[in-house]
Amino acid sequence: MADVNEDTVLDCRGLQCPIPVVRIGREMSTLGPGEVLKVLATDRGAVADVPAWAADTGNEVLRWHEDGDHLVFYIRKGAGED
Amino acid sequence: MSLEVRSESSVVTHEDVRLIVRQELERALKRDPAAQRACIIASKGTLDWAYPPLILASAAAAAGMDAAVFFTFYGLNIIHKDFRRRVKVSPVGNPAMPMPVPMADTFTSLPGMKGMATWMMKDKFRRKGVAALEELLEVCRESSVRLIACALTIEVFGFQESDFIDGVEFGGAGAFMSDARRSHVTLFV
Repeated sequence: MADVNEDTVLDCRGLQCPIPVVRIGREMSTLGPGEVLKVLATDRGAVADVPAWAADTGNEVLRWHEDGDHLVFYIRKGAGED
Repeated sequence: MSLEVRSESSVVTHEDVRLIVRQELERALKRDPAAQRACIIASKGTLDWAYPPLILASAAAAAGMDAAVFFTFYGLNIIHKDFRRRVKVSPVGNPAMPMPVPMADTFTSLPGMKGMATWMMKDKFRRKGVAALEELLEVCRESSVRLIACALTIEVFGFQESDFIDGVEFGGAGAFMSDARRSHVTLFV
């Protein structure tokens, strides 16, 4: 799989549910279609919350992984149509 | 998604009809406005119970839904202008509350214990990165979550409309039901 390059990084480490998805939603609204947001998070619920949020809002989690003490998500902004 | 009806023959088969109905249903469900709405009742006014309705409404709004929270009975505490002082938690009558050491009800009901329990919970939440109530209320207002205060309980408890934070609407069971019947997500907290 080719490397994913992010356009913007959002650091949600130390924040608990529901603030990560609230911040992600706000940040994504500033991106254009196809742009990628990289998110750092320590909220374990984000493993379920972020993909569910993306599916509901027409965005796509390209991949996610654990990096030491935190989680890393790459989310691509959708075309804006469900 | 494209509608594909086998057109080699002019006969529309049973299978064709099923396919058309399935595709049209899927299309309609995708556009269903009720899937984009959440109506939540907040009926409790303690610190622990103030969190779920605000967290769920914030998450709904973040997912692009129209969310409304209807505050009734003790839930009015959460949107009272003086919520920082009014919203408390007590270990009395709640055997599930984690305590640093086991304590008898006769001890936890002593004067000052409610204040201490409230301070401890707020302190723990802050250290764990949980948003404070004022932050969640702010998120709700910024993301256009409707905050609706129950007019009946305001009357019964002797509150004034001016007792509540800015942006609060006022309504009753009829208004809530009108919203709720058009929402797939309805929760009573």
